[in-house]
Amino acid sequence: MADSGVIDGPGRKDEIERAKSEGKDLTKEEKQRLRKEKKQQKKIKEKKDDKASQENEKEKKPVTSAAPASQPPTQPTVQKAPSAVPATAPVSVPASEASVPADKPTKTKAELKAERRARQEAERASKQTKKGETGQQAATSKPKAPPSDLQPVVKRLPEHIQVDNPDVLKKLAKKLERQQTPEHYAAKKIPLRSDYGYKVSLFSHLHQYSRKAPLTQQLSIPSTVIHPAIVRLGLQYSHGIVAGSNARSVALLHAFKQVIRDYTTPQNEELSRDLVNKLKPYISFLNQCRPLSASMGNAIKYIKKEISNIPSNCKEDEAKNKLLNCIESYINEKIILAGVAIAKCAIEKQKISDGDVILVYGCSSLVNHILCKAFEKNRKFRVIVVDSRPRLEGKEALRRLVQKGISCTYVLISAVSYILPEVSKVFLGAHALLANGYVMSRVGTSQIALVAKAFNVPVLVCCETYKFCDRVQTDSFVSNELDDPDDLIVTRKGTTPLEGWENESSLGLLNLVYDVTPPDFVDLVITELGMIPCTSVPVVLRVKNVDQ
Amino acid sequence: MELQAVLMAAGGGSRMTDLTYNTPKAMLPVGNKPLMWYPLNLLEKVGFEEVIVITTKEVQKAMSTDLKIKDVKMKLDVVSIQEDGDMGTADALRHIQPKIKTDILVLSCDLITDVALHEVVDLFRAHNATMAMLMSKAHEFTETVPGQKGKKKTAEQRDFVGVDKSGKRLLFMANEADLEDGLSIRKSIMRKHPRMLIKTGLVDAHLYCLKKAVVDFLTENKSISSIRGELVPYLVRKQFSKTVNSQKLKDDTDDQTQEKNDGPLLISSRDEPLLQLAQERSCWNDHRGDMSEAYHGGKLRCYVHIMDQGLCCRVNTLAAYIEVNRLAPKLFEEPSVHPSADISERCQMGSDSIIGAVCHIADKTSIKRSTIGNFTTVKEKVKVTNSIIMHGVTIEEGCNIQGSVICSNAVIGRGADLKYCLVGNGQHIEPEGKREGELSYQTEQPN
Repeated sequence: MADSGVIDGPGRKDEIERAKSEGKDLTKEEKQRLRKEKKQQKKIKEKKDDKASQENEKEKKPVTSAAPASQPPTQPTVQKAPSAVPATAPVSVPASEASVPADKPTKTKAELKAERRARQEAERASKQTKKGETGQQAATSKPKAPPSDLQPVVKRLPEHIQVDNPDVLKKLAKKLERQQTPEHYAAKKIPLRSDYGYKVSLFSHLHQYSRKAPLTQQLSIPSTVIHPAIVRLGLQYSHGIVAGSNARSVALLHAFKQVIRDYTTPQNEELSRDLVNKLKPYISFLNQCRPLSASMGNAIKYIKKEISNIPSNCKEDEAKNKLLNCIESYINEKIILAGVAIAKCAIEKQKISDGDVILVYGCSSLVNHILCKAFEKNRKFRVIVVDSRPRLEGKEALRRLVQKGISCTYVLISAVSYILPEVSKVFLGAHALLANGYVMSRVGTSQIALVAKAFNVPVLVCCETYKFCDRVQTDSFVSNELDDPDDLIVTRKGTTPLEGWENESSLGLLNLVYDVTPPDFVDLVITELGMIPCTSVPVVLRVKNVDQ
Repeated sequence: MELQAVLMAAGGGSRMTDLTYNTPKAMLPVGNKPLMWYPLNLLEKVGFEEVIVITTKEVQKAMSTDLKIKDVKMKLDVVSIQEDGDMGTADALRHIQPKIKTDILVLSCDLITDVALHEVVDLFRAHNATMAMLMSKAHEFTETVPGQKGKKKTAEQRDFVGVDKSGKRLLFMANEADLEDGLSIRKSIMRKHPRMLIKTGLVDAHLYCLKKAVVDFLTENKSISSIRGELVPYLVRKQFSKTVNSQKLKDDTDDQTQEKNDGPLLISSRDEPLLQLAQERSCWNDHRGDMSEAYHGGKLRCYVHIMDQGLCCRVNTLAAYIEVNRLAPKLFEEPSVHPSADISERCQMGSDSIIGAVCHIADKTSIKRSTIGNFTTVKEKVKVTNSIIMHGVTIEEGCNIQGSVICSNAVIGRGADLKYCLVGNGQHIEPEGKREGELSYQTEQPN
């Protein structure tokens, strides 16, 4: 910086120069000191600039000719990002010119220039010797604001939990525009679904869509931009026809199979790269219809990896067959066989014994499967199904269990503390298992786990390993899903009390879908790898990553 | 490709022969646009790029000269069939079966509507339905129809439509003519859908989304000739038929013949086991209260979307034609006066009148709530109220036309007074003629 030599006096700088020219290795502390000094100087510089630039606007013009000359002598700036230089140099020069007469009325411009040039030569020479020893020095002083150990690293937040930030929304809209499939015209892009209704302020960072405004409204009818199987899938997601973590993943993979079957590699493109690009707009479309679940995310990662691992000399038909087989085997291994293994594990290890009273919540396909298998193996137990509004999924679970012949009781979640003294075990399904051991599941699960803990009833969570995700969450606010608030409106005896809820300014309807249960309330997680405690989830994730 | 559009434009307009004996129904002017332009416009707006148009040679010729139809940007694949043949709509579908590669959307040329088409197609997609159709609440026609004395009696056969309590699933469809001993509903249907709403005041818009399997089924069953009259009730009944639902389909040897007939209908998609798995694992059911799975395990499903707001009109009677001429122009924001029309300044024109291209409207005329076609000449001191005047008509001075329909190339002599009349093509009304409630048209065609 030109200023460091001029404003603060040459003293400081000479010290450092001397140290460098002596060829001494600057110790770490000295390096840090150097950095801090430069930062401080820059801050002071900028403050002065703000005041000085207003005064010295006119001085700028005659000075800009001097600016390019003064730029080279600024030794650190050469290493710094070049954008800083034109910005600070012209501004700093007039300031320095203004302050120079104050500091050193005796020296003229030419003399100053000569001084600077001499200094620069000396530094360059010393740098040459220095570079031979440690190239790192240059690198460390390069960035303008070097991220020292003290500065925290800001992690990038995913955009689906930044809905109240207009910049993020704009970025999302642009991203959808860019994701149009290349052979179609700009007019046919993936539409952006708009939020509906008043959002409760605590959750205003999440999307809230209305079922009555489907995304297909903005698409052309014989949908050409998006494969029809994906449009159908998106509709089924948003109407809730395909609901439940396993069902959604299976349906997604089925749709991808159809996409792969109908795919043809365009000219001059490679299947491994082009197919992944083709899938991106489909995934954004599905995300808009209903936010992706963790299991779907893992399935998509797997498919993308498989596609990009296809060798480029592979023929198209072969490659497609390979991919279809991969999908088949993924479903078989991770979903079907995993379910069988979990059921076997649970039954054989006497987790379901005769005389048990088992409490289940909502409709989890895996838990239902376990209970049905246990009943087939002639275990004598009865089930209490706990249900909650507005989805009332428990009714479906009840139907499936009763159809098998299991004797069931049905209560709403408000009665859970009444019924718990009768219960011997609680079986819960999971939507995802987070890396810190928290269980993400249907809203209400954490409440049941809490009450069960209070009654000292063991809580067992059944979850396949493909639902393990490396996200970390400790509360249900940060990342969740907001369902259509109109689902909460119910008509009883001809009256609908919540009918005009949008018109009430102080009323907001909140329809949460997921909640997070801390691992202290969960006693055991049954996976196809065995029975593990909740805190072993990161281990499983690590092992899985190593395998891959 | 997801859907192929098929436009049925070969209909003869048997219920409005007064208008159609000279002009084919598909080319009747409504708001100065040919009737078949409206469904084509609907398809174009929604994003279709190709339409298969089934029509007669006469209409095909007229289409090639019509400016509005040339404006249509979609690719029209015109298939012409014999005019005199008794080809029903289903027969026509059978005729074009080789062209059909995916599911189809069948439209009739006389449908004028502003429905959001995605509502019908979404039902078709989301529920993997075999058929999805559009219906609308019928509106009373308030205009007086020429040639009809007194209020119209509802002698028309009513349609009984049964839907489930969500209003989307079609459970029952029958026409009054087929129900001689009264309406009977099978117990099996009642057991599956205990709440059924039966509606009679609905207009079938003749807009159907059909699976490709249905077209293949039609090729095997040559006895079905009309979509509306036979195919749709058949499909609705078949939803609850035992052979469709029974799981022992392959073991039953007695039902071999039936199975052969229904075979194409039950064609399962590839990866059926995966879809089954997804459905099994999904915690969704379309009904509650009984022990059966979603859709009661039925593979054949028919859905209906009932519009209660908006325009949906089928122009198959004279009354409908008059009504639609009033309403259709409001769908589009086009200037009511064509730029090439020559209207004198002392003409009183109401804001809801439409003047076509190259018209000459002279002084001291009054045109209210009327549609005037292209190339028409209206001389001085003429009063036209509530009427529809087609192309190439000449109206001499001093005429008074009220509530009438004047077909193309007619000449109304001076001083004529027409009230609620229909004047056929190329007819001449003598000067100072007074007609009220008459239909005048030539019964024999020249040469």
